[in-house]
Amino acid sequence: MPGGRSSTVAGVRVRVEQTPLPGIGVRHDLVTSSGRTVGVVSHRNGRRDLVLYDVDDPDSCLASIPLTDGEAEALADVLGASLMLGQLAGLRQQAAGLLTEQIALPAGSPFVGRHLGDTRARTRTGASIVAVLRDREVIASPGPSFAFEANDVVVAVGTREGLDGVTAILAGDTTD
Amino acid sequence: MHSTTVLLIEVGALLFALGMLGRLGRSVGLSPIPLYLLAGLAFGHGGLLPLSASEEFIQVGAEIGVILLLVMLGLEYSATELVGNLRAAAPAGVLDALLNALPGACFALLMGWNWQAALVLAGITWVSSSGVIAKILGDLGRVGNRETPVILSVLVIEDLAMAFYLPLVTAVLAGVGLAGGAKALAVAVVTVIAVLVVAIRYGSTISKFISVQDGEALLLSVLGLTLFVAGVAAELKVSAAVGAFLVGIALSGPVAHHATEMLSPLRDLFAAVFFVFFGLSTAPADMPPVLLPALGLAVLTMATKVLTGYLAARRAGIALPGRLRTGLALVPRGEFSVVIAGLAVASGVEPRLAPLATAYVLITVVAGPLLARLPDYRWFRRIVRRRMATARRPAQPLPAGE
Repeated sequence: MPGGRSSTVAGVRVRVEQTPLPGIGVRHDLVTSSGRTVGVVSHRNGRRDLVLYDVDDPDSCLASIPLTDGEAEALADVLGASLMLGQLAGLRQQAAGLLTEQIALPAGSPFVGRHLGDTRARTRTGASIVAVLRDREVIASPGPSFAFEANDVVVAVGTREGLDGVTAILAGDTTD
Repeated sequence: MHSTTVLLIEVGALLFALGMLGRLGRSVGLSPIPLYLLAGLAFGHGGLLPLSASEEFIQVGAEIGVILLLVMLGLEYSATELVGNLRAAAPAGVLDALLNALPGACFALLMGWNWQAALVLAGITWVSSSGVIAKILGDLGRVGNRETPVILSVLVIEDLAMAFYLPLVTAVLAGVGLAGGAKALAVAVVTVIAVLVVAIRYGSTISKFISVQDGEALLLSVLGLTLFVAGVAAELKVSAAVGAFLVGIALSGPVAHHATEMLSPLRDLFAAVFFVFFGLSTAPADMPPVLLPALGLAVLTMATKVLTGYLAARRAGIALPGRLRTGLALVPRGEFSVVIAGLAVASGVEPRLAPLATAYVLITVVAGPLLARLPDYRWFRRIVRRRMATARRPAQPLPAGE
């Protein structure tokens, strides 16, 4: 019944099991290396429950925590940010034609000191800037008001043309 | 004009009383179904307050109630879910049918009823109440549990089996004999398979035909389509309920989602009328003689349901506590059993069937939620843990291949 799906994160294989719940929605769960099981029940009406399983009775859930859209997004962000670097290795080539690339902001870039939103990179190229590396730190999911500094390295996800487009925009090579 | 005023007064008072009863039930954690049935008993012939003017209205309302119960059930599942689930859970479904339908049939024959009544009682003891069970799972916070898919798949198979069982029963009760029943069954099989194939292939196209933007238009078109198809199905002697169920399955995506929201209040209203109507058709004086047989049948088939759940969960690799939770959760019988019994009452196949079915559903639907709660009590867990410990000891020399 449960369909398995493996996702590779930072070189470690994690098995995420997907189980359909007819009439309710779908449940995803995984067993952590410490032996605990955590899962997410996605109801068809959009509700999400974070479920933690009992240690003594691994079939039953100890707690079932309903999350609103905002809470789920915030939680995903917090978890995602700390995972960003490792994930990038796995993300590459995962979907056919989708690439991840690190693009250094050229010293003479017109965007040093300007906002990410000003590049309009996603609108113009379809590629997304998913993180910025600065002084060995990862700034995950930078918003439109994020301000670039010299020596920033932009991590972008997109097609080959999209990424070339972002490189060109950041270098100031495009005439808009 | 006079009868209309009496009708308004009676229906108004009835609905208000049902609302109060439902609220009372909720405050003590009881499903409203048994309360509606009891209300029907009280208002019926020979009851406390017989209704006079509104019986015809209630009868039509009850008919719509069955259709709405079934279309909502169909909307809940997509055709892909039904078929995908069928392959994985078919053995559990067969086990469920054998363990729970056979005792009902044997019981009817032991009571000296004819085979038509035996067929009906088999259905009544077979089908668990998906509505009551879904509520229990939500209330007890068990939706995420690993045994929940097992419970749901048993329910889905039962519901799908009803698409074949109801036409068969409808035909048999119409007095066409076994050959006629087989013909109705064949028609139902072809229709259901055709609807499933069409729904899986072209479901999105059909659903696109109905606009989601306009709530009012959506309500009217889905309700109209459902009643129309149900009526045609009844005219073809393939049970109105099954026609409605198939409409629900054929609709998918956003249309199904919005239609569920729009139809829910209507379903609640007419389903309540349906349960009352069923209670109305039973005279309270007929109840006492069948109480003991009903209790015996209830205890027997509650035990077989627990066994069904236990075995189905074991097949899915669930541990002992989860197996018990599965079995105990499946106990309540509800709306379907009443729908099946309602068919038999309308045809007048066996006078004692309606009071027996009423008592039977009352017992299982009240006992079910209480039983389902058992595995959460500490003393119950302690017993289960002790049993698991003793069961593990002899197996120790050979580490089981788990």
